[in-house]
Amino acid sequence: MGIELDFPAVLERWPNFLGGAILTLELALFATVLGALLGTFAAVGRGTHNALIARACKVYVEAIRNTPLLVQIFLVYFGLASVGLKLSAFTVAVAALTINVGAYTAEIMRAGFEAIPRGQIEAAEGLALSRVQIYWHIILLPAVERVYPALTSQFVLLMLASSVCSQISTEELTAVANYIQSDTYRAFETYIIVAVLYIILSLVMRAGFWGLGLVLFPRRRRLGTAL
Amino acid sequence: MGGHLNINHLLFLGHGALWTIGLSLIALIGGGIAGFVIALARISPLRSVRLLSAAYVQLIQGTPLLVILFLGYFGLAAIGLKMSPLAAAGASLTLYVAAYLGEIWRGSIQSVPKPQWEAAEGLALSRTQRMMKVILPQAIRIATPPTVGFMVQIIKNTSLASVVGFVELMRSGQIVNNSLFEPFVVYALIALVYFAMCYPLSLFSQRLERRMGRGRADFLAPA
Repeated sequence: MGIELDFPAVLERWPNFLGGAILTLELALFATVLGALLGTFAAVGRGTHNALIARACKVYVEAIRNTPLLVQIFLVYFGLASVGLKLSAFTVAVAALTINVGAYTAEIMRAGFEAIPRGQIEAAEGLALSRVQIYWHIILLPAVERVYPALTSQFVLLMLASSVCSQISTEELTAVANYIQSDTYRAFETYIIVAVLYIILSLVMRAGFWGLGLVLFPRRRRLGTAL
Repeated sequence: MGGHLNINHLLFLGHGALWTIGLSLIALIGGGIAGFVIALARISPLRSVRLLSAAYVQLIQGTPLLVILFLGYFGLAAIGLKMSPLAAAGASLTLYVAAYLGEIWRGSIQSVPKPQWEAAEGLALSRTQRMMKVILPQAIRIATPPTVGFMVQIIKNTSLASVVGFVELMRSGQIVNNSLFEPFVVYALIALVYFAMCYPLSLFSQRLERRMGRGRADFLAPA
């Protein structure tokens, strides 16, 4: 029996694919923004002199980085449901992805903080800048600028990892694919299309981050350093 | 439904954990061999080979492992190539790991200082001799910490094989949970077992990195 591929039969479901792709981007966007905040706080927390906070941040980062995202999502989704807290699949997905990417962001940000020369902070203290000013202008912004490529790669990977949310019935791109392939019996064509869509989404995100980088770090553009 | 976690459940989970280790080894060895080929192809003197391997890496790194897995298990079955869950998971993980290890190792090979390449050439070593005797021994030292770090990602990613019904740690956890219905306890236990497998590797990788005095290289590791 010859194999015949029929892409048009699957492609005519494009509104479903589009809806899934948009939800995937939404998941990625929410988790990126919230995860960046969470990760920055965790990185700052790890560097504080308060041993308890520093220890708690380290435990958070190591616990998340050494367990699979799938287990984390199940723990949040079914665990919370079993103690009577029923949240929508989308909320759980955003929460789990945020917690996950926050830990990776924290490690990247910590590397950025450690790369700030001690002398710059001392110089800022000598110029009588306040603690907040020092943290913002001397530590945070230059650190983000330095680790920006690593951060953006992590966020693209987060978007790809969000496919795991299909397992708790979030109707994102992979869940849509599962639904369409069980409906059309054209699994091969469906997953090829979805793979291409993910590649397009990651290219879109990379282009977006590149553009954002040009706006956020004009100094870098003047120096002509490639992002 | 109901009942408590007993020794049989734990044995079942232990069995799953062994398969997680087995699947990780399959992915590491298969992906390692393919990744080595990718790494060499990425720095090949032939432009077409370079482009082809770069395209492969871009393709795999732009696609979620879950979709690769579904393509291998459901997609290939739909066009007549039926694989067992183990074969599909092993093959998908191999393809996936090859792309990432290939990039890690390409970076390691290329970060061997330029004078080493030139000196080897100056000593009239052939291309193979130069690679085997001069570059690779040094590249392996550079590549070890990030490779150990990436093994953590491999172990974590095998959890996705549960989705196509392969009974490794995650899947055995789901099965146990289906009979006990205590998701908090069961999944926390599963998380703990994964942690016990991954954390020593993470620490080892960090120690190696400190000894090398190099920056962390596992930022690009996927979730």
